[in-house]
Amino acid sequence: MSTLARKKGVGAVIWDYLTTVDHKKIAILYLIAGGIFFLLGGLEAMIIRIQLAVPNNDFISAGFYNEVLTMHGTTMIFLAAMPLVFAMMNAVVPIQIGARDVAFPFLNSLGFWLFFFGGVFLNLSWFLGGAPDAGWTSYASLSLASPTHGIDFYVLGLQISGLGTLIGGINFLVTIINMRAPGMTYMRMPMFTWATFVTSALILFAFPPLTVGLIFMMMDRLFGGNFFDPALGGNTIIWEHLFWIFGHPEVYILVLPAFGIFSEIFATFSRKRLFGYSSMVFATVLIGFLGFMVWAHHMFTVGLGPIANAIFAVATMAIAVPTGIKIFNWLFTMWGGSIRFTTPMMYAVAFIPSFVIGGVTGVMNATAAADYQYHDSYFVVAHFHYVIVGGVVFALLAGAHYWWPKMFGKMLDEKLGKVTFWLFFIGFHLTFFIQHFLGLMGMPRRVFTFLPGQGFETGNMISTVGAFFMAAGTIVLLANVVITTVKGKRVGNDPWEDGRTLEWAVSSPAPEYNFAQTPLVRGLDAYWIEKMEGKKGLTPAEPLGDIHMPNPSILPFVISLGLFVAAFGFLFHQDHAWGTPVGIVGLLITLGAMFFRSIIDDHGFHIHKEEVMEAEKKGAGA
Amino acid sequence: MANHTHVQNPKVDVQYRRKKNAEEMKHQIISFTLMIFLTLIAFFAVGYEGFSAWFAVPFILLLAVVQVIFQLYYFMHMSHKGHELPALFLYGGVVVAFVTVWAFLTIVWI
Ligand code: HEM
Ligand SMILES: [Cu+2]
Repeated sequence: MSTLARKKGVGAVIWDYLTTVDHKKIAILYLIAGGIFFLLGGLEAMIIRIQLAVPNNDFISAGFYNEVLTMHGTTMIFLAAMPLVFAMMNAVVPIQIGARDVAFPFLNSLGFWLFFFGGVFLNLSWFLGGAPDAGWTSYASLSLASPTHGIDFYVLGLQISGLGTLIGGINFLVTIINMRAPGMTYMRMPMFTWATFVTSALILFAFPPLTVGLIFMMMDRLFGGNFFDPALGGNTIIWEHLFWIFGHPEVYILVLPAFGIFSEIFATFSRKRLFGYSSMVFATVLIGFLGFMVWAHHMFTVGLGPIANAIFAVATMAIAVPTGIKIFNWLFTMWGGSIRFTTPMMYAVAFIPSFVIGGVTGVMNATAAADYQYHDSYFVVAHFHYVIVGGVVFALLAGAHYWWPKMFGKMLDEKLGKVTFWLFFIGFHLTFFIQHFLGLMGMPRRVFTFLPGQGFETGNMISTVGAFFMAAGTIVLLANVVITTVKGKRVGNDPWEDGRTLEWAVSSPAPEYNFAQTPLVRGLDAYWIEKMEGKKGLTPAEPLGDIHMPNPSILPFVISLGLFVAAFGFLFHQDHAWGTPVGIVGLLITLGAMFFRSIIDDHGFHIHKEEVMEAEKKGAGA
Repeated sequence: MANHTHVQNPKVDVQYRRKKNAEEMKHQIISFTLMIFLTLIAFFAVGYEGFSAWFAVPFILLLAVVQVIFQLYYFMHMSHKGHELPALFLYGGVVVAFVTVWAFLTIVWI
């Protein structure tokens, strides 16, 4: 029996989301969980900026500052940006390639729950003796000496959520390779799908080094190992290498989907085909590949020697070339287009100068000799916030506004959207532009306060004021979401009216099965082509028939819950007698659930042709 | 969804497929024997006093590479059509891993 016709109470809705394997619902789960972590990370950022607003401030203590700073970075990268990127990918990519689902719906749900429990575990450290305090990079020389369990929460929490990310990445690789509709060749895939594809490949290759590093760290901290302890024959630099072999590709894992989102938005609201599509694909793949060859630019000051520094400097600068190609392609897409300044488009236009500033300071950082000056100063803080906020966060906000109607069936209010944009845009530049100069003037990174009379007062105050602008922007966005949910009007398939890709050809939100008939794709911007020929819908590639769907399952939730319990046990196994037994019970829960998954034969169910026809007649979805 | 990605063509001659499979089986058995043989040689190379470590280590590494190739092409069917993309990813991964290790050996060294 399909879920199409049922009306549900609150409990049933919650159960539905706990067990869902539908990529559109998983997208909503990622959006909510990632959004909450984003608010949490934002709150931590505000605490940091309040502490630094004036010299010699004692708003919070030095030790607590370290915890807040560490959790801000870790939360924003692993628990906010990554899952929000996955939210966009889940909401859009299967529909963009004309598929009814992802390749492995069960794994899709497992990936989400692993991320979720890993994130909750990490944040419970606040209540259980103290959060991690060695920076989001958690360099071993510092983190091995940390007295609380904070670092252990970091290690185990990231291990669990990293597993979820890896699973999600593999799922998207297989989906894009195997599930494209007839006619959807690689060179007809929308740019966001391409970005997802390359990003997933980066996840596949970049997360294993992190896993290895985290296992080493876990051994050292919890099980008497000494991989990183020089006094016992270990080597503390190995962590730094492993971390950055993962860490640099990670920044591209975040920013390539952002590039993809903006590519869609530029084309849609310039009402033009994306300029230089094939060079865009080429640049994306090249950036992905080069991203693995540059990790040591984070370690110029470690003392690798002039040859290593020189080679990694040149390799890093090389990435600026494909990035430049992209920038020009976006500019040429707008050139001669009939541009509409919708909210997503405003983010896209603002992204270009913001990201270029981040790229320029990136090349400055990459100049190894000069980096001895910039390193560990606020200059670096300014650099990476220009790329991460100006690139990734702008893209996530733009994407949320752009695809909101596709995810929820209602348009976010455009006026409030623009208010959010301006508050965020102004606040962002206020906060971070001045930090370039604070850094050049010598203000070190990761300090909990500064002294008066060194020329840092004005800059820090401006920076804090900017942060409040961004907070205000976020509050307006939340209000917008609430107002839209309560009062918004239902919209049709193509609410922006200029949609080019397949997701705009199905109802908003898309029905459970996405496409009643798998479409035939006749070129790049498949939906646009049909519209230009005066057709209402897509050309079907198959007759109407029964649609096979996967059954929902609670097992992904249970598997992840088991690891969550196990992590608690092992974390406390040196302090409490119950530690090891609880750890083992947790692992048994996980393995037991995996066992059931293996032996239960689950063939899914069919939505019958008549039900599909009826749903389509009603405008489907809702 | 995931279960029926392998759509078989019923029109393909059963007889032909049988023959193909038999041939495949032969290849698998040959390479399996070879692999056991190579493993024995590896054990021998390490155990035999007459070889120094300078010979034995590179030698068994070479044998390992040969085994991986057998494994991929005969047991995991990479010699068949339709495996271009897995091959691309495998070799991509090999290149990335190789460059990383190479950088450590030549310019970084920890
Ligand atoms: C043109 C492209 C880029 C170049 C040339 C570049 C270069 C660099 C360099 C050399 C550093 C090290 C600075 C130091 O610690 O002394 C750095 C730091 C950083 N970059 Fe980039 N980068 C680029 C793009 C990006 C992107 C796209 C992101 C993220 C979306 C990013 C995120 C970061 C982060 C998070 C750090 C700080 C890491 C830390 O030490 O905690 N970068 N970048
Ligand atoms: Cu980097």
